[in-house]
Amino acid sequence: MTSILEFDDVVKSYGSGQTEVRALRGVTLDVADSEFVAVMGPSGCGKSTLLHLAGALETPSAGSIRVGGRELAGMGAADRSELRRNDVGYVFQRLNLIPSLTAIENVMLPLELAGGSYRNARGMALDALAAVGLDVRLDRYPDDFSGGQQQRIAIARAIVGERRLLLADEPTGSLDTASGDEVIELLAALPREHGTAVVLVTHEPRFASWADRFVFLRDGRIVDETVATSGAAR
Amino acid sequence: MSVREGLLALLADRPRNGHQLKLEFESATGSVWPLNVGQVYTTLERLERDGLVARTNGDDAAQKHYELTAAGREELAAWWSMVPADEPPPRDELMLKVLFALAQGDERALDVITSHRTALLSLLQQRRREQRAEDPDPDLATDFVRDALVVRAEADLRWLDLCEARLTGRKGRIR
Repeated sequence: MTSILEFDDVVKSYGSGQTEVRALRGVTLDVADSEFVAVMGPSGCGKSTLLHLAGALETPSAGSIRVGGRELAGMGAADRSELRRNDVGYVFQRLNLIPSLTAIENVMLPLELAGGSYRNARGMALDALAAVGLDVRLDRYPDDFSGGQQQRIAIARAIVGERRLLLADEPTGSLDTASGDEVIELLAALPREHGTAVVLVTHEPRFASWADRFVFLRDGRIVDETVATSGAAR
Repeated sequence: MSVREGLLALLADRPRNGHQLKLEFESATGSVWPLNVGQVYTTLERLERDGLVARTNGDDAAQKHYELTAAGREELAAWWSMVPADEPPPRDELMLKVLFALAQGDERALDVITSHRTALLSLLQQRRREQRAEDPDPDLATDFVRDALVVRAEADLRWLDLCEARLTGRKGRIR
């Protein structure tokens, strides 16, 4: 199985000199295609920094990061934008849906920004919404949906098209337990049913337990990780 | 609790024989506590000795049936109203292990916390997978037992997280 995400001795520092803060201190990590990995650790351990780097939202201070075999270090701004639009999806704790766009328009947005036709974008958005179990009321606005449904729309937007990697940063943080369970069940199905690799940052063991593999960070280092187990029983 | 309290609870509404009590005990506990009939009758004899149950004539005269006495009802009422408490002192093995590790130094404590957290989370993962694989439509008692196991593992994991946070401190950290 090939790797969709590879970190090789990655360091990320903010500031310099006496005010320098090292968020990641030499992280080496491989995420395979169709794998579901949960990243856990205390506040400030570097979990979110790891996701930002994986999604080309930030650049590493040292080390190498490859997404789908492409090295991020030498990538220009245009290529990084293209990577974020086409290959990598994000889901955040805050839903970040655009309130003035309908559910389906929110999902179509990244495709239209990438220059896709309305017709194609609508078709792919419908597929993504079906994948997250939403197929009605798609012309309503985000506020018309429950928190769990809004997170489903956000996930649909993150996976629309052929994204191979979904980065989820505490996606259940604003949801009640039942809605959180539904969202995690949905994330766990993505590798199995759509081949999307998922990296989930969470502090909730009940949600992390859906993953194939766990990675524990502390003070910017991986202090423990489990080996991949079969996703068949997931 | 012991088998004794479980049998008193099962006898609250009507008399039963040992075999019925065995089956109902196992069903009520989500099949996590298997009993043999011998254990049931030994316990019933002790309860009878203590005046908490008495033999009675059931539907089937060939089987020994038991019913609660007034003293048995009082004992049961006291058990229902007693809130389970783990103090003093709490002697949870995980907690003690972390405390002994802490006595050897912060690094040792962090090592123990890390390895136990990984193991507990793997256990949680395994339980969740087993739940889905075993029985998609379990009875309510089985669901209660499964939920209890998951929630307790979560509580242990939260406690380990708190210990780690206290050990590593929070100053100067970034998300």
